[in-house]
Amino acid sequence: MNTGVTQLLSDPERKFNAKELAALAAYFRVVMFDTLHDRGTGHWGGAASSAELTTSLYFNRMNIKTDESKWEDRDRLILSKGHASMNLYTILANRGFFPTEELATFRKLDSRLQGHPCMKKLPGVDMSTGALGHGISIGLGMAMAAKVTNRSFWTYVLVGEGCLNEGQSWEAIMSAAKFKPKNFVLMVDYNKVQLDGTEEEIMPLGSLSDKLKSFGWNVCPHAYDGNNTEDVLSSYDWMDQDDVWPKAVIYDTIKGKGISFTEGKSSWHGAVIDDDSYAKGIVELKKDLQNKEAVL
Amino acid sequence: MSVAMREAFGKKLVELGATCPELVVLDADVSSSTKSGLFGNAYPDRFFNIGVAEANMVDIAAGMATAGLRPVVNAFSIFLALKATDQIRNTLCYNNLPVVIAGAYGGLSDSFDGASHQSICDIAIMRAMPNMQVIVPSDARQAELALEYALKQDGPVFIRLNRNPMPDLPASDEIGTVVCSEGSDVTIAANGITASFANEAAALLAKEGIKAEVLSVPMVKPLDVESIKKSVAKTGKLLCVEEHALMGGFSSAVSEAFMKQGICCIFDAIGIEDRFTESGPYEPLLAKYGISAENIANRAKALCK
Repeated sequence: MNTGVTQLLSDPERKFNAKELAALAAYFRVVMFDTLHDRGTGHWGGAASSAELTTSLYFNRMNIKTDESKWEDRDRLILSKGHASMNLYTILANRGFFPTEELATFRKLDSRLQGHPCMKKLPGVDMSTGALGHGISIGLGMAMAAKVTNRSFWTYVLVGEGCLNEGQSWEAIMSAAKFKPKNFVLMVDYNKVQLDGTEEEIMPLGSLSDKLKSFGWNVCPHAYDGNNTEDVLSSYDWMDQDDVWPKAVIYDTIKGKGISFTEGKSSWHGAVIDDDSYAKGIVELKKDLQNKEAVL
Repeated sequence: MSVAMREAFGKKLVELGATCPELVVLDADVSSSTKSGLFGNAYPDRFFNIGVAEANMVDIAAGMATAGLRPVVNAFSIFLALKATDQIRNTLCYNNLPVVIAGAYGGLSDSFDGASHQSICDIAIMRAMPNMQVIVPSDARQAELALEYALKQDGPVFIRLNRNPMPDLPASDEIGTVVCSEGSDVTIAANGITASFANEAAALLAKEGIKAEVLSVPMVKPLDVESIKKSVAKTGKLLCVEEHALMGGFSSAVSEAFMKQGICCIFDAIGIEDRFTESGPYEPLLAKYGISAENIANRAKALCK
């Protein structure tokens, strides 16, 4: 599609820097928007929101082996906001877990790319998700298992507001503060827009940071800009600075990020991308990609 | 009287914990009731009390199972089936994770606590989930065998346990159908602890010259159709008995299998009718809702007319 950042993808071991990650996330947005438009189904808003978060994890942070997706010492990511599946699939394919051509089968019959991620079908998916609110509990179990088995892998759980509406998330948050497993990180993709409307309209989280602190978590001192890869990498510095667990990082993000008319709009949570919107949107995404590749 | 299933199950966990370092046990603040606390005393580093949060507990166990552990989750059966349904289906079953779900206080066995605690739709819920196996032991020995079996499986297994000491049945070496008594007039296929009442019923029937064949059938899913079929081929009559709602449980499973295979027989089923149960002493409570030697004998006799 282009000759810039994608050339860097040929090195499966490459650890990308902030500028490269920004360009990569911009490229993935183009791929996601293309694919969702072609397929006529899927969730753009939340996938665009978390693009820099997932890109930075898989191309800078996580210890994984693409040729051994079940390697027992690998770091894990649970995409608790499973509707952002196209975001995860785009990353896993480009990281090398499966062929990028397979993205075109998204949500087709017999595809490994289910509407929401399925770990039994697709390599690289650490946990099947879709029903909201499961991720923190599951991730906690993985992190507790690391302790029992004397392993040191990291477990990251990426949630949106929808997950935090679910009561189970707060059961898990409460219990994580009891067991305090090492290397367990909750990442909040805090775009403040849900399916039906804004967070304020649907279910205000109030001071999320204070809530998490009062439950006994080690919470980042300020929210990071989750759509800015420099800031996302700074959040990793914070994660690594002490040994107080569990840790939570709040990332301010923008739902539908990258296209002026989809940003911050609940209507773009899971809307079909019609041809007109595609034609306008793809121009903005490609321009953003060009700008980010220009500074590499 | 045997020891209670929960007692035997708890001790078996401790025994297996010695040779299986991957075995971890979770409980939802009822470990002194479920007896999983015995494991906690023996292996505190592999025992996790999650508090009264069944859904959270099941997903934590799921996460542990993906990382090579063999979790056994313990709570009251009704709360596992109802409060953790999403987690059991969408995490354990969808991903076919090897987690044992030990449902304590199954059926009416939490008798004094009343309808809110009595678990009479758990089997229906569990058997509707792909990849799930469902075992309802009838005595303490079967509960131990069920646990040994479950820990060898590659996917989730639901074991429904009873709170109270019940009579021992003829022993077997592995979990499966036990022929408690042979007969040629009517088959009584009893699920879980109803088998002991079925045995008493067979004795009552014998006095009237009716030879009942009593099968204790713990495996609801996969259902041991062959053993029931073999007996019915001889008797032509089948009475199913279960400590569960008549919708979706053991009798339903048998009916579905028989209809699909075109097996015709004279049929009846004893279980909880479409109603809520109540508080009371266990055996009188069971009897009020149809599970007694007398009622089983009467209903079997009616099939023989």
